[in-house]
Amino acid sequence: MPIDKNEKQRLQEKARQHRTDIVNVTEWAGGAHIGGAMSMADILTILYYKFLRIDPARPDWDERDRMILSKGHGGVGLAAVLGRRGYFDMALLRNFNKFKSPFGMHLDCRKVAGVDASTGSLGHGMSMAVGLALGARLQRKSWITYCIVGDGECNEGSIWEAAMSASHFKLTNLITIVDRNSLMIDGRTEDVMALEPFADKWRAFGFLVKEIDGHDFDELNDAISDAREKRQAPVVIIAKTVKGKGVDYMENEVKWHYGSMNSELAQQARRSIEKMHSA
Amino acid sequence: MALETGTTWTVYDANKMTQSEIYGAVLCELGEKYPSIIGLTADLAKSTKIGMFEDKFPERFINVGIAEQNLFGIAAGLATSGLLPFVSTMAAFASMRACEQVRTDICYQNLNVKIIATHGGISFGTAGSTHQAQEDIAIMRSFPNMTVIVPADGIETANAVRACVEYPGPVYIRVGRGFEPCYYDREDYGFQIGKAVQIAEGTDATLICCGVTVLQAAEAARVLKDEDGLSIEVLNIHTIKPIDTEAIMRSVLTTRRVIVVEEHSVLGGLGSAVADVIASSGKGCAFEKVGIPDEFSLVGYPEDLYAHYKLDTNGIIEKVRAVMGQAFEEDENWEDEV
Repeated sequence: MPIDKNEKQRLQEKARQHRTDIVNVTEWAGGAHIGGAMSMADILTILYYKFLRIDPARPDWDERDRMILSKGHGGVGLAAVLGRRGYFDMALLRNFNKFKSPFGMHLDCRKVAGVDASTGSLGHGMSMAVGLALGARLQRKSWITYCIVGDGECNEGSIWEAAMSASHFKLTNLITIVDRNSLMIDGRTEDVMALEPFADKWRAFGFLVKEIDGHDFDELNDAISDAREKRQAPVVIIAKTVKGKGVDYMENEVKWHYGSMNSELAQQARRSIEKMHSA
Repeated sequence: MALETGTTWTVYDANKMTQSEIYGAVLCELGEKYPSIIGLTADLAKSTKIGMFEDKFPERFINVGIAEQNLFGIAAGLATSGLLPFVSTMAAFASMRACEQVRTDICYQNLNVKIIATHGGISFGTAGSTHQAQEDIAIMRSFPNMTVIVPADGIETANAVRACVEYPGPVYIRVGRGFEPCYYDREDYGFQIGKAVQIAEGTDATLICCGVTVLQAAEAARVLKDEDGLSIEVLNIHTIKPIDTEAIMRSVLTTRRVIVVEEHSVLGGLGSAVADVIASSGKGCAFEKVGIPDEFSLVGYPEDLYAHYKLDTNGIIEKVRAVMGQAFEEDENWEDEV
């Protein structure tokens, strides 16, 4: 079902807040993988405020949907949305990266409520998501497993091992979303290690592929709603995104894969986010 | 303690079955009792004998094809979903090809995944170093949360597999490939994860062993008693981690001569674990590690390789005699050594 105007406005407002939270945490932490957190900000927003069947008061609720952030360096974004959703007090995020903090740049599911898998080493999350989806089927559970994969991460052979198995096992209860921001640490994905024809690769592995604008809530909503319907094959949503989205000086800038911000830069970032979301 | 499953294994069965076959049969028994057990492999259902579980519980068996990284990642996901995965592949691939998945996906998250690694050590000697695992114990014991077990034979494998079901967290059980002869003739000798088994009492020297070397060390101790009049204590330290510090130190303080014999590199395995314990105690003793030296193993049938690396009865006798010949502090005063 399409989202109405009010719902869209609500999501826009959540995304604005989420991006501001990411800037704040990055400032407190002394640095974070902010570029990729901004590129997937709208994806996390629609998942955590619309689609995921979760209960922050019961993080271990057995029937909950699972969400594995395979691009675990986006932990700053995941932590921000989990805190805002009420899994823990947002004030705890002031300790991000600090000595003995439960929050490091790659989140530990044993320490942070709401995190379904400890990720960070790239190419691992999707196999775990396949295991969770198989586990649901074997136990006749109705929850859905979501997995957010980075595009650069798809250089890892293990992603394609996982993809092959998701397709072989016909895991229609698994929804993979690729944050296709087209940048990685050393440059453009197509220059470092070309992924294109990317959609064709997924198709060849047996996936139903949806290519969308990862910052457009109508397209995100349609693609995810559609993927949740019963299908004959697993779905991958290739969400075309902009790394650093929302902060003018970060957008499409490879150097903002990981960055630190002084208070001036952070203030500038917050202003830029306000401007984008009020436009 | 081992779980009651209604079936017991004796030397009669064990002599007709490989360690892996016994593992497969025990897993089938356990599958009846524990509906949460899921079997997984990477195109080695036949070789590892987890295929016996597949035959019995086809709907609870997952073969991922030749993709060990995916194998252990999927196992982690299944464990997270509340199931109890038993994963079998060759030790070389479990410990090295999928090393990071085992460490990060399974150990870091402290998941209830049981790894039964076959073809451990040089038991697949004819295959060459690509399929041998002389490093796996060193690798696995360095991971926090991981328990590492090297059963002496098929009967101890049955005990270990049963015991690991109720033992929390990741467990790595390393077995051989073929018809390794049995040391034990029955199951009820008090197997307990983390507790050494005293095979023979002695006062002159201690032989510490695990896996296939248990039988050889026990035999060597008998020969040394008959021919040299030596009283040799033999400890089967089937659990490399957590290691039984108490059993090691009790023996060291009695014999003050320790020889560790294992089918593994001399770097990082049982020998190193025992050395850590003794060195940390501040007590001195004569000490010898017998294993595969810091080189890739030769090719050959396991029996020939065991003889070459002094892991068989004759080799162990030779090593013990050499250690007995070493001059070592004879006074009984330990107080000056801490």
